[in-house]
Amino acid sequence: MTLYLLCLLLFCIGLYGVLRKRNLVKMIVGLGIIEYSMNLFFVLLGYRVHGRAPLDARNQDILNMVDPLPQALVLTSIVIGLGVMALIIAIAIRIYEKYGTFDITKIKRLKG
Amino acid sequence: MELHILLIFMIVSALVAIEVKDLLSSVIAVGATGFALCLAFLVLKAPDLAITQLVVEILCLIILIRATIRKDIPLAIEGRWIFNTVATVAFIVVFLFFAQLALKELPAFGYPIMAVVKRYLQEGLAQTGAVNLVSAVILDFRAFDTLGEATVLFTAVIGIMAVLRRPGRKKER
Repeated sequence: MTLYLLCLLLFCIGLYGVLRKRNLVKMIVGLGIIEYSMNLFFVLLGYRVHGRAPLDARNQDILNMVDPLPQALVLTSIVIGLGVMALIIAIAIRIYEKYGTFDITKIKRLKG
Repeated sequence: MELHILLIFMIVSALVAIEVKDLLSSVIAVGATGFALCLAFLVLKAPDLAITQLVVEILCLIILIRATIRKDIPLAIEGRWIFNTVATVAFIVVFLFFAQLALKELPAFGYPIMAVVKRYLQEGLAQTGAVNLVSAVILDFRAFDTLGEATVLFTAVIGIMAVLRRPGRKKER
């Protein structure tokens, strides 16, 4: 239970970074931290005490493995996270080239 | 126990990443968080995830450093300090309220429910021939999921190319 709470705390730190900071790079960093905490949370849900990695081996009981389903889903999520992160950073670089700043309050022409 | 130490290290480095003034230091601190996450995956008996997280983390760091290097702008004094902080804290409190509702329903740590995956565990080797059950799930039982992942990745690549592309045509006079 303590681990779940620590994971939640990590999520809150990332949320604080996204909501409170005005620098675009800081917001991207906060988004990355949220992503880490979510991946960790799913893998924590599938952990079994004294379990072993989900690999078939001879003479081993099959039912004491950790849950492989969250691991498979998180594998997908990590790779998609890389794509999302690269796209966000590309947009941030483009904004910097156009406006010369990462400060979101100084990017005036985005306002409608 | 080592999981607690790793998580506390992750929280400390995340705080450093959010609060430090220098952008490059912030990016490097978030890299430290990612590598601690990689170690945590190893402790949690997920070697495939640890390998993937290592590769993805290195790529992310390279891209982030490319974005921030030589653009070290001092952060401005933040205006409307009280309003911003109160709004952020209010949002986090709402989030925590729903999170504690969800935390009551979770199974205890170390005792997963394993309702869906029991069939995969028993028939995985016979049906797919894959020794590694994670790859059996992502490449056979849930192959369409992986197809969608590849689609998302290529869409992201197309988006990056569209955003970063220089206009090729010169102006004619």
